[in-house]
Amino acid sequence: MALRQTPSQTVGPYFAYGLTPRQYGYDLASIADGTMARADTGGERIRVEGRVFDGAGAVVGDAMIELWQADSLGRYAHPADPRGSNAGFTGFGRFGTGTDPQQRFVFDTIKPGRVSAGEAPYLNVIVFMRGLLAHVYTRLYFDDEAAANAADPVLSGVPAERRDTLVARRETTQTGIVYRFDIRMQGDRETVFFDV
Amino acid sequence: MTETYGARDWSSQPPLIHPDYKSTLLRGPTKKPLPLKQSLSEVTGPVHGAECVTGHDADLTRNGRRNGEPLGERIVVGGRVLGDDGRPVPNALIEIWQSNAAGRYVHGADQHDAPLDPNFFGGGRCVTDADGRYAFRTIKPGAYPWPNHHNGWRPAHIHFSLFGPSFATRLVTQIYFPGDPLLALDPIFLGVPADCRDLLVAKFSIDRTEPAFALGYDFDFVLRGRHATPMES
Ligand SMILES: [Fe+3]
Repeated sequence: MALRQTPSQTVGPYFAYGLTPRQYGYDLASIADGTMARADTGGERIRVEGRVFDGAGAVVGDAMIELWQADSLGRYAHPADPRGSNAGFTGFGRFGTGTDPQQRFVFDTIKPGRVSAGEAPYLNVIVFMRGLLAHVYTRLYFDDEAAANAADPVLSGVPAERRDTLVARRETTQTGIVYRFDIRMQGDRETVFFDV
Repeated sequence: MTETYGARDWSSQPPLIHPDYKSTLLRGPTKKPLPLKQSLSEVTGPVHGAECVTGHDADLTRNGRRNGEPLGERIVVGGRVLGDDGRPVPNALIEIWQSNAAGRYVHGADQHDAPLDPNFFGGGRCVTDADGRYAFRTIKPGAYPWPNHHNGWRPAHIHFSLFGPSFATRLVTQIYFPGDPLLALDPIFLGVPADCRDLLVAKFSIDRTEPAFALGYDFDFVLRGRHATPMES
């Protein structure tokens, strides 16, 4: 490689008006938010929600989560995926943990399909926050996909005792299907992060 | 066959736990990230076109105006977004946010006792052109205090968020200004390996300077480049 990569720096505590302005009530349009599924998006509607915990078990109220996912048929809305995604779904969401009373991130989206035959469905996740000098990557798998999860090449490569940290729990609520997924930066149940 | 992206070069990146920056102690993961072979999920990413940018989004000297000009030193910051293979990255969305000239953010949580500027918002965005070029007009941000340590002050900086062509090329960083005495004291800047710190300092440019309007600074971003090895599928 010819050039050195630009070093990362923390997103800091004041990202909200630049990156998630509409969610936080600032007067600037947002490029994305927590509402990913539109009226014309095909697939099973789901809500993904969770919290971010630091090494002392405290909830992190100034984290920002980004999701990148395939559509319900496992296709990405990107030129590198020749299949092309369905109309009305970009596959990208972004949400800060500072507006919810419980400091959750909340995404209204659809359950993705399998991107390729051998893989389980999953969401690609990036975590940013004050105190994190470089963003970290993780994945969210679904607990109602046990057979597919067992065969997934990435999930099955994770040490067995840590796999649970990547699997969201499905619940049926009055308002619909919710997958709960907490992210732990440290500790016994530290979330598995990937060097993508 | 789809191309993949080179690995994150951790030798140019700050460590996730850097004790001088106290918040990293409880927030930086302690376990090494697990290797992940790139698949379609990593080489794709959100696509943002010119439609994301409207009006004066790239001109922070205008996009927050209410009844006059923002206060402070006008500057132009521009340059190119490149892959580490040297190839320009077109159509890259760049988002920025910063304090005003007095060192105060619009953010409601900023408690610094410095004035807000009614004519300065401090957020903006642009998309790189076909040659990977970008430029923002803005106001030079001020230094501000932070509670990390006694008499801690952040050097003047602008926060930058970049989407390259894929989820793997994502970058969030901060750029600094030459000759700032606070750089030598800032744990966030000093978290970067010594031989890569200059990469985060913009360079004054008389060529980019707009006569009788604003001082020019050059800053090029280098994202992970495309890799020779095609992705297995
Ligand atoms: Fe800052």
